[in-house]
Amino acid sequence: MASALRSLQDNLGQLGRGGAQWSVGWWHVVKVGALILVLALSRSTWRGAYRAAIARHVVHGTAGILAWFALMSALTSVVLIRIVIVTSQSYGLSQYALEMMVRVLVLELIPLTAALFVALRTTVPAGADLVRLHARGELEALQQRGIDPLRHELLPRVLAGVFAVLMLAAVSCVIAVLLAYVAVYGFSLGGFVGFTRTLGHIFDTGVSMVFALKTLFFSLAVALIPVAAFLRGRQPGLRRGSAELESLVRLFAAILVIEAVSLMSNYY
Amino acid sequence: MLLLVLVLLVGGAALYLGYARGAFERTQQLVLTADDSEGVNVGMDMTFAGFPIGRVRRIELAPDGNARILIDVPLKDAHWLRTSSVFTLVRGVVGSTNIRAYTGQLGDPPLPDGAERAVLRGDTAAEIPRLMSEAKQLLQNLNAISAEGSAVNESLAQLKGFTEKLNGKGGAMGALLGGDAQAQKLITALERSNTLLARLDGLAAKADTQVFGSDGLVRDAKTTVTQLNAMLLDARASLKQVDAVLKEAKAVGENVNAATTDLGALRADVETSLRNVDGLINELNRKWPFKRDTEMKLP
Repeated sequence: MASALRSLQDNLGQLGRGGAQWSVGWWHVVKVGALILVLALSRSTWRGAYRAAIARHVVHGTAGILAWFALMSALTSVVLIRIVIVTSQSYGLSQYALEMMVRVLVLELIPLTAALFVALRTTVPAGADLVRLHARGELEALQQRGIDPLRHELLPRVLAGVFAVLMLAAVSCVIAVLLAYVAVYGFSLGGFVGFTRTLGHIFDTGVSMVFALKTLFFSLAVALIPVAAFLRGRQPGLRRGSAELESLVRLFAAILVIEAVSLMSNYY
Repeated sequence: MLLLVLVLLVGGAALYLGYARGAFERTQQLVLTADDSEGVNVGMDMTFAGFPIGRVRRIELAPDGNARILIDVPLKDAHWLRTSSVFTLVRGVVGSTNIRAYTGQLGDPPLPDGAERAVLRGDTAAEIPRLMSEAKQLLQNLNAISAEGSAVNESLAQLKGFTEKLNGKGGAMGALLGGDAQAQKLITALERSNTLLARLDGLAAKADTQVFGSDGLVRDAKTTVTQLNAMLLDARASLKQVDAVLKEAKAVGENVNAATTDLGALRADVETSLRNVDGLINELNRKWPFKRDTEMKLP
């Protein structure tokens, strides 16, 4: 009886510690977000070496993956568009095919995949880079040279992540819309009016706003959470790998929540 | 550069969506009133001949309990709507509700801005309960028809009996005549008819021999006809002779006639002579002194 009580007590204690740690983690993400916002809005960030560092990170973070992602998303879009068209035709509902394609691809899948792609290719490696720099003591060296490491190393990586998600999503959405048009109407301008009207139907004010906010929050989550894990420093009792894993889990949870909220706003 | 591309992409998309939603078009307003606006959404199209010419901007409930559907019609499409236009709200079983405009007389005055029209409603879904009740009734009728002991079942049973009889020993004949015994009788009658026909056939053959055979009636008749022909020839010759006799008789007659004419003249002469004799006698009588009987006897 006493051992059972003790184990319950231990479990509750563990749960409480876990919950507290989880809350602290999220609180830290919010704090880093606020810090980044302040840094991004201060005029001194956009001058001289800081500005060059931001430009370099933005170009490196986006240009390397843009072509690949555009190609991959175009291929996936072609397959999905084909499936939707064939299925809708077989049910005699081809008039809804275009709307469904745009809703599924542009509104839901492309921002999500863009965010995940950027997280895996840009921001998580950027977080690891920061950890490495810190371990090598380069950040302290920068500080000794009078360069703010937050402005020189942290902010550019976060901004590069945000920009990469927005850019990838924008390019892929435009490609998907063009592919959908070609798949439905062929290479002819005859369907442009009807196509425009359908897009006008889909992107009403609420949906457009949810779409824009969702993409923005995806980009913020993807850019902030891996970097925030670094800034929090090493936790006692946690190995390095598990800290990265935790940040990834946190990232996926954030993306899932954002997606769920956007779906609820659009369809409920 | 990348930033510029992103700004261009996002800005272009925003402008295009604004254009798609009709943000840059001048519009006029049309108010449709309906007793039920179910299925009508803000942003849905109003079509004319299948082409979207207007967009629902707002739906509100009027003080009289009717729904007011406010529609923006772009000015470039407004000329399709006339004062005589009719508006319908059609709800299908599958798909969204449609607002449609119909204009019969395009020469009528154009619909003014802010015009208010009642919309005609057609609801396919509302037809379903009625359809279901009718289908139910139909099924009940079918049940009644196909139930045990129903007229159709009885007919089918009798038909089954009939087909069984058809497949039975007597076949169709037994089924038609009402039993195998009757069919047997008919078969016997047919067999006897066959026998009779065979006999008739023999009889006909014999008659043929007797009539058309070498010693048959026809040959005799032919001989008779030949003889008759000869007799007729003889008769013709006799008639010719009779004709000659008659001609002679005619001549005799003519002679007699002439003689008869001569007899008339003779008689006249005799009469004249007698009168003369009579006169002479009369004269004699008068001159002869003895009176005697004057009557004179003719020879």
